[in-house]
Amino acid sequence: MRKVAIIGIGQTKVGEHWSLGIRDLALQASLAALRDANLEKVDALYVGNMMSGEITGQEHLGALVADALGLRGVEAMKIEAACASGSAALRVGTLAVASGMADLVLVVGVEKMLDTSGRETTSALAMAADAEYEVSQGVSFVALNALLMRRYMHEYGWKREDFANFAVVAHENAMNNPNAMFHLRITPEKYAKAPMIATPVGLLDASPVSDGAAAVVLAPADYARTLSPAPVLIRASAVATAPVAVHDRKDPLALEAARLSARKAYEAAGVGPEAIDFFELHDAFTIMSALSLEAAGFAERGRGVALAVEGEITRTGRIPIATMGGLKARGHPVGATGMYQVVEAALQLRGLAGANQIPNARLGMTQNIGGSGATIITHILERMV
Amino acid sequence: MIEKVADNWRLRGQRYRLEGEVCPHCGAVIFPPRDICPECGKPAKEPKPLSGRGEVYSFSTVYSPPEGFEAYVPYTVALVKLEEGPMVTAQLTDVAPDEVEIGMKVEMVTRKLRARGEEGTIIYGYKFRPML
Amino acid sequence: MGEVKVMRSRRAVGIVGYGSYIPMYRLSDAEIARVWKGGGRGPVEEKAVAGLDEDTVTIAIEAARNALARAGIPSQALQAVWVGSESPPYAVKPASTLVAEAIGATPWHLAADFEFACKAGTEALQAAMGLVGSEMGDYALAIGADTAQGRPGDQLEYTAASGGTAFIVGPAEEALARCLGSLSYVTDTPDFWRRAYQHYPRHGGRFTGEPAYFHHIESAARALMEAMGMTAADFRYAVFHQPNVKFPRRVAKRLGFTPEQIAPGLLSGRIGNTYAGAAITGFSATLDVARPGDRILLVSFGSGAGSDAFVWEVTEKIEARRDLAPTVEAYIRRRVEIDYALYVRYRGKILMK
Repeated sequence: MRKVAIIGIGQTKVGEHWSLGIRDLALQASLAALRDANLEKVDALYVGNMMSGEITGQEHLGALVADALGLRGVEAMKIEAACASGSAALRVGTLAVASGMADLVLVVGVEKMLDTSGRETTSALAMAADAEYEVSQGVSFVALNALLMRRYMHEYGWKREDFANFAVVAHENAMNNPNAMFHLRITPEKYAKAPMIATPVGLLDASPVSDGAAAVVLAPADYARTLSPAPVLIRASAVATAPVAVHDRKDPLALEAARLSARKAYEAAGVGPEAIDFFELHDAFTIMSALSLEAAGFAERGRGVALAVEGEITRTGRIPIATMGGLKARGHPVGATGMYQVVEAALQLRGLAGANQIPNARLGMTQNIGGSGATIITHILERMV
Repeated sequence: MIEKVADNWRLRGQRYRLEGEVCPHCGAVIFPPRDICPECGKPAKEPKPLSGRGEVYSFSTVYSPPEGFEAYVPYTVALVKLEEGPMVTAQLTDVAPDEVEIGMKVEMVTRKLRARGEEGTIIYGYKFRPML
Repeated sequence: MGEVKVMRSRRAVGIVGYGSYIPMYRLSDAEIARVWKGGGRGPVEEKAVAGLDEDTVTIAIEAARNALARAGIPSQALQAVWVGSESPPYAVKPASTLVAEAIGATPWHLAADFEFACKAGTEALQAAMGLVGSEMGDYALAIGADTAQGRPGDQLEYTAASGGTAFIVGPAEEALARCLGSLSYVTDTPDFWRRAYQHYPRHGGRFTGEPAYFHHIESAARALMEAMGMTAADFRYAVFHQPNVKFPRRVAKRLGFTPEQIAPGLLSGRIGNTYAGAAITGFSATLDVARPGDRILLVSFGSGAGSDAFVWEVTEKIEARRDLAPTVEAYIRRRVEIDYALYVRYRGKILMK
């Protein structure tokens, strides 16, 4: 198996792209990544996307984006794993390069969510859950997270306000990210007063519905340095799954797939959580941040929220998270999110994160969650120069 | 006019009367029904009616519903831990949101889940209410 | 006029299990009067209103489950599932198959929906008695349930309510109440109707009284009591169809019954008129308090028009089975008052598109 490196990155601004369709978004991010890698052609293209069929009426994104990019005849396909689609595409691209079946691979995550009404988006997002046994009961995707949050508060004695810092820190970090959806500071008071979507999840616990695309170009690490001045090594790439339905999980608060995929990633990288300089986690909801921190070994069970309360998740804290705004404030174009995490991690590792730069960042971890915790993909990235 | 009906029809046993399964190998009670026992991994297809009694493990009141549930907001959904062991996701009914609490004893009732528009089929299924 | 025909089955039959269901929401007549008359009262105190997720089928299912719990028989033993209603959720597609599937009775049984305005439930009950009495089957489920709708502002709106009751008919030796005799009295009398595709019913105003309600109930009750050599004094209780409180009181008096005899089964003041569920839910409430040996006269009335009359004798089996399901009183006590605005939402009276 060959080692794989990221030699180019690209992203669009996250937000409401009324004038751009799904093809345009994918094209912009892909071209930026190719330009960054100084390439025009690749051997394969993998498109991470969750809901193009439902929202845009467009499937078959692999060939569509390949054609838009002028990559005649190239291998191309769409990869889907709900909100983890972006990371899943990266995983497939990594497999292709690592196996030697491809040398240069373009991976783009893209989501166009705003071409429909809010209710249709809610329904499309709910497709990440179990259609027959969760969605049929009127459970929205938000509600599934709310069920976890309520139980978490009950079992460990946390109050709703204790989650505020996850949102506050994300919004603070997004202030310096030109590509973030929100440039808006929020306060714990504002968090407390936000309207409820599904109790106890309020508007400021939840990431926004957004459009966006992010892309990377992969190459064998052996000669990545000849192609890029600042390549980033993929030290580990790990996927684990759990039952799609929350009720089918033995221990709903354990986020078992996150624990498994983090463990596999640590083993592959030969490091533990203490070696990680920053963690781009999947803060689609504040409760997911807490559970993810625990599952990845940064906090004991029931203590994930303590890291937020104690300020340990800021850029200068013990484990900085959402360093460019996270899903909460950079935005969460679902199928693109995993790729944004990776692009942002690469920026940190290249030392190009601007005001948000984590000093001397060497190892960064990303974790992308599909559904309410069913597919969880962890990547560990390392600075190469 | 041809409508989509089979998707709900094939689940009528579990939807209408909470029909589960019991594993002939390890005795685990299973809901929703599935072909492989989640406890021991062996084939399990023996039907078992469940008591319908359980308690609220967690709950959330939904204000922003998925399509088809607009007429019912606000409604409360819950994870209900059944007496026999399995957990099930379902709506709570006949209860005000502020009356619900974790640990509350509930029982299954068959209610209308939603209707497919004015002309389509009506979908019925299990919900839970505070024990009478 | 022909000969009075009392129905007595070859095999003696009775009720082996009974059960009711009443939704928990209540709308007071004072609230309806506030909206439509600027104040005042109506013919009942309050009526039971089905919630957003309830309809005739869900009411019938819970009533049937209660009846099964009291009967102590497996649902697969049922050889008929019959639902009488004027408000089934589908115009075409039986409610009975849904109910049967929900209680686990399918597939080897008869199933059909009955329609005869407010007496559809007792019609189903008589059919069940016929099936068991003829030995074509051992157990049959008969249900009367409705989510009745009155036109907003109309007199009917003050009473049109939701609820229902189910009976499992079986051999007399297993019964908690034996049927001693039954008959029906029907004529073509258009006192109340609803044309196809119309949302609300129409009625003949005062014509619904003497020529309809009173004539049919009195004719059926008198004929049955006379044929069986009984008078009001032979009964511990009597239950009549109850579109309001006044009518059943008046018909009871005319037939020689005391207010005490009809008290346990006169529910309309507290839950309104549950149509196909009305007389039989009154009967169910009466069974909830009856003692072995008590005789009960039950007379329904369905517009259009007709009355089914029954003489029941309660057996010692009532005592052990009564507590196996919630009583009618338990459902009546479970009560959440709503205002007119919530009521129009719950009953689908708001134009949503």
